[in-house]
Amino acid sequence: MSESKLPVATIPALRFAFDRSLVIAFSCIILMLLGGALYSREFLSPEYLLQQLQISAFLGIIASGAMMVILIGHIDLSIPWTVTLGAMMATAVAGWFGETGNLLAIPVGVFCGAMVGLLNGLGVAYLRLPSMIFTLGMNAVVQGLMVLHTGGFAPQDHATDAMHFLAVGRPVFGIPNALLIWVVVGALTIFLLTRTAFGRRVYAVGNREAAAYLSGVNTNAVIIWCFVLSGAAAAFAGVLLAGYSTKAYQAMGDPYLLPAIAAVVLGGTNILGGRGNYLGTIAGVILITLLQSILAVMQMPEAGRQIIYGVVILAMLLAYGRGDIDRK
Amino acid sequence: MNDLRHRIHHNGGLLAAIGLFIVMFIIYVSNHPVGLTAAVATTASNKAVLLALVAMAQTLPVLTRGLDLSVGMVFILANCLASVLVVGTIGEGFLGIAIVLGAGALAGFINGAIIVWGRLQPIITTLATGAVYYGIALYVRPGPGGDVQSDIADFATGQLFGVIPTALVVLLAIVLIVWLPYRNSVLGRAAYAVGSNEQAAYMSGVPVQRAKLLAYTLAGFLAAIGGLMLTFNTYSGEASAPIAGTYTLNSIAAVVIGGTSLFGGWGSAIGSIFGAFVLRTIEDLLFVFDLDPLWQPLFQGVVLLAAVSLGALRVLRIRNRLELFA
Repeated sequence: MSESKLPVATIPALRFAFDRSLVIAFSCIILMLLGGALYSREFLSPEYLLQQLQISAFLGIIASGAMMVILIGHIDLSIPWTVTLGAMMATAVAGWFGETGNLLAIPVGVFCGAMVGLLNGLGVAYLRLPSMIFTLGMNAVVQGLMVLHTGGFAPQDHATDAMHFLAVGRPVFGIPNALLIWVVVGALTIFLLTRTAFGRRVYAVGNREAAAYLSGVNTNAVIIWCFVLSGAAAAFAGVLLAGYSTKAYQAMGDPYLLPAIAAVVLGGTNILGGRGNYLGTIAGVILITLLQSILAVMQMPEAGRQIIYGVVILAMLLAYGRGDIDRK
Repeated sequence: MNDLRHRIHHNGGLLAAIGLFIVMFIIYVSNHPVGLTAAVATTASNKAVLLALVAMAQTLPVLTRGLDLSVGMVFILANCLASVLVVGTIGEGFLGIAIVLGAGALAGFINGAIIVWGRLQPIITTLATGAVYYGIALYVRPGPGGDVQSDIADFATGQLFGVIPTALVVLLAIVLIVWLPYRNSVLGRAAYAVGSNEQAAYMSGVPVQRAKLLAYTLAGFLAAIGGLMLTFNTYSGEASAPIAGTYTLNSIAAVVIGGTSLFGGWGSAIGSIFGAFVLRTIEDLLFVFDLDPLWQPLFQGVVLLAAVSLGALRVLRIRNRLELFA
């Protein structure tokens, strides 16, 4: 087990430069852009690229949270309705409390997502239930809550001006705000993962929880915090998405589950936890957004889009995401 | 005597699921305005058998310590294929059934092949292949519609001798023809061995790869039977992602309620059948007790979460904290 799988992995400086999955992912992005450019010149225009980055920001924020959970060897399948929850609660609070509501909208949306994450974390850490099944159940519960919330009476579903501004505004040199927010979230994630004790503990728990526990790490706290961050990130993305489309609606988070997990895994993060860096996730997010965009530009019908999408993810994973033959 | 105690202990989850189902079904029937007639039983079993088949399908990968998040999509794919292929004369209908079942098995085999030879994780593999199967289903049937051979459909959703729901007989036949022989075959036992400890199984010469391949292939096959039965019930096909998602989620819950361990190596498809019956009866109870429809999704979600939380009882039995991390 202890023999290193990649010889370069032993030299820290080289590990970054030669991370195979990172290189492949970034070259795929360039290949896709070049392929798109052959189809239409528009693919290389700054306006198109900025727009793609703006759209990928939403996925990027969700993937940041999903990555924290995947790094500890778990998975968060409650993302779809947590996104919707964040959007719906933010807009509803704005409707209920008028002026103060407008101020409270975004924090309340994010807080609700964090609470879902807290429950997920408690279930996984203390009840020791498989995260896959527990978060799926939470997803169903949150869906039920949202049906109840929007049924019977109709809470406000329009985004506030602040949400709209954060999602589509471009005050600084024409750079979309959403992109700037992703940069901030990404920088925080990188800082958390590489420069803090918490980040070290995340990798330790992902590699072998028993060993981390015996080394004195409060593994349950690490698990709970990762799920809280994932829930908060998903809800925050939901708030921004509501701002982007000017309203919150049922099932708005559904198209984000597979892309978020795929982006993290395509970026070279081990789905069993313990290995992966954020640069890879950035590459994965941009890759997926570009793939979706190109399929949309080519006016591929939904059926073909789903098939190509699944096949491309599988093909890329088969190219570099394979497990080791490990039977010793 | 010891043997009996051992057997009861070994099948505790299954017995609990059966008990729970019987209690709930009695409450359901006694509160039903009509009572237990052949028609009520047939309607109930027609619905329950769909989930039971998908839950059986989910059981097999779970036993090998895997998971198949594409069962719902294969179920929907079989539904769409059947609404195109199972038409015409009875003979053509049966040919169509064979093709649909073959397609389901092929979908399962592809899952297994990618997991075994491609060495990818089951979750991410089946999440991605699920997108592909859903795309194919959409391609086959872009909008809801289609038809199905009505003689076969009426027979499969009707009653035998005017009393016994045929769907239940089909389910029993599948248990007798598919599950029991599989359970007692070399590869079936190998699936259990792989689930409890893959490395030990490999070292003991258990055919690990073939066991996994067969488990995923059979899962696809069983999910396709479920899709066929759905077509016989609705007389049409629809590529609906929400339905697929619901069935995938409920199949996992049914597996857990039926006493199968999500950590592999322990449980049975028969438990999953009763787990599915329990879940379906809960839905029917909501109907009988006239719960506000707005509350139903929340109630179902909470019941689901509570059901899967039953697995937490394991924590109480643990003697050494380190066992928690296994």
